[in-house]
Amino acid sequence: MELVTAVGIGVVAAAGVWLVLRPRTFQVILGMSLLTYAVNAFLLTMGGLRVGAPPVLESVVAPDPAEYVDPLPEGLVLTSIVISFSMTALYLVVLLTSRGLTGTDHVDGEESP
Amino acid sequence: MVDLTSRGIGGPITSQLVDLTPHLPVLPIVLPLAVAGFMLLLEERRRIFKAGLGAATMAALVLASFVLLNAVAGEADGVIVYRLGDWPAPFGIVLVVDRLAALMLMVTSLLGLASFLFAVSGWAIVSPRFHSLFLLLVMGINGAFLTGDLFNLYVFFEVLLAGSYGLLLHGSGRARVKAGLQYIAVNLGSSMLFLIGCGLIYAVTGTLNMVDIMRVAADLSTHDATLFRAGLAVLSVAFLTKAGVWPLSFWLPVAYPVATPPVSAMFVIMTKVGAYVLLRTVALASGVPETGVVEFLSPWLLYGGIATVVFGSMGLLASSHLPRIASYATLVTAGTLVAAVGTSDQRVISGALYYMIGSTLATGAAFLLAELITRLRPAEAPQAADAAVEPVFGDDYETSLQTDFEGYEVGIAIPAGTAMLGGAFVVAALVLAGLPPLSGFLGKFAIVSGVLSGGPELSWAAWVLAGVVLFSGLATLIALMRKGIDAFWRPGEETVAEVRSLEALPIGILLALCVALTLFAAPVVTYLDATGAYLANPVEYAKNVLEFGP
Repeated sequence: MELVTAVGIGVVAAAGVWLVLRPRTFQVILGMSLLTYAVNAFLLTMGGLRVGAPPVLESVVAPDPAEYVDPLPEGLVLTSIVISFSMTALYLVVLLTSRGLTGTDHVDGEESP
Repeated sequence: MVDLTSRGIGGPITSQLVDLTPHLPVLPIVLPLAVAGFMLLLEERRRIFKAGLGAATMAALVLASFVLLNAVAGEADGVIVYRLGDWPAPFGIVLVVDRLAALMLMVTSLLGLASFLFAVSGWAIVSPRFHSLFLLLVMGINGAFLTGDLFNLYVFFEVLLAGSYGLLLHGSGRARVKAGLQYIAVNLGSSMLFLIGCGLIYAVTGTLNMVDIMRVAADLSTHDATLFRAGLAVLSVAFLTKAGVWPLSFWLPVAYPVATPPVSAMFVIMTKVGAYVLLRTVALASGVPETGVVEFLSPWLLYGGIATVVFGSMGLLASSHLPRIASYATLVTAGTLVAAVGTSDQRVISGALYYMIGSTLATGAAFLLAELITRLRPAEAPQAADAAVEPVFGDDYETSLQTDFEGYEVGIAIPAGTAMLGGAFVVAALVLAGLPPLSGFLGKFAIVSGVLSGGPELSWAAWVLAGVVLFSGLATLIALMRKGIDAFWRPGEETVAEVRSLEALPIGILLALCVALTLFAAPVVTYLDATGAYLANPVEYAKNVLEFGP
């Protein structure tokens, strides 16, 4: 499971980095989204990968911590998803404004010669 | 936490006022947030009311920072710990006011007040919702200075970045949108590095409280310690990007000069947030030498800082446009501060902090002056290529964009505008170039003397640092002298600049503070020396954060 997760995150992150380095704004924003997915998934695995272990306590009477997964990374991921989603949305607006003002979707605002 | 209800009602009124001070540390975050939220409900047309409310908020923040500064300056190890939700550290989030944080709050609120006053004299109306965005930026910066929790720091970084994205695009126009596109991309990338670093550090230490991270990191296994350093390295790359350290600084001279003048002036403090976090990391790590963090980070900070100063000086020599000169001066200050952190020498750090205060205020003043100076030669002023074309968020903003603010002018025109501009330029130039008699000279002198008093076996890096700090002064002087001659002495069609009182006042405030910093150097240096000594020995800080009991 660790290997599959690690490879999956790595492939998504690599694709994201490649797209971010492309010259078109649309490619950049897709790359940003992919990178965000990869980082959020990475953050989620930081509490350790477990199957069948919930993050929320089921019984209040003498819970055994070993049966539960660390809930803090899930809380962090929730925060970072909200933030990165809103930042991507903001970036989309800037991208469209740039397209409208410069008439090109190149990140430099002009076509390379 | 002080329980306000349990206090006797018969006490003198002063003691009841004092009882509210335990909540003062959260004020620099809550107040701008609340006012910014409230302002969003107001129509754009009520700009006078918004301007007054915002200025009152900024003034209140200056006052709050002053009270906090006094509170921590009273004792040798003055630390105020504020537990949000009253959860004990390290489980809850703490806000920590110490000498360093209080100093940074003070500089932020003073620069913020001046920039805000300058903005409401005209620039605030070129796009909607300036006042709210500005206050949110201030909230993010204050939060980043105050928080003692790593993930909370990420959240405040995002708040200040979100505010800065909006402010950079303020006024719209082709140049700003193009710069904004790149600025946002760079910062989104560095935020992801921040998250990766945060995740790695949490994975090995199991805590997010900065003090607790260092405590746990002391007893990590070799395997975990490697991961911890990897996390710290990734995190530091994010901080170095924010601080504008070469080679992660290319976004800065692109973004800062195209922003509207009050926004650029406020952005000057943002690079200091990155440098502040690095200083905080090194200071906390120096209390736990087992982690080896200081030895690991210091060379990078020192060489990176030196390279930044050299890069900034080159940029200064190549610039003729005042906003660009001020942007590279920002880089020089950031590089000096980061290199000083890299020396881990408390005398150098205290000198660099002194230099940072003066140069931050003077760079802010230079950004504000830049636009006024173009009024001397209206015929040559850059035509509105950068300026407004159409609004980015144009929903409730019906008037066409303008840059001459006809009819919205606040304040009266002051006489002798040209002389005032010239005088202000000279003061700012003296501080930035580090020439006597103003504070820039004292700061640079303290840095160089601190670097060179390291004993007979001075490392070559110390000599290089002293050399580049002096060289950067020469480069700043050449750039500013060239600009000054071009702006004030070159014959040609020159008109008497019309400077209004509300534009002159913020520049006056900033430069008067620079002069005051020189005149009252003794108490400031005493405070900063104590800060340096206290940062070198963070045991009290750690004890206060972790053991602050009810």
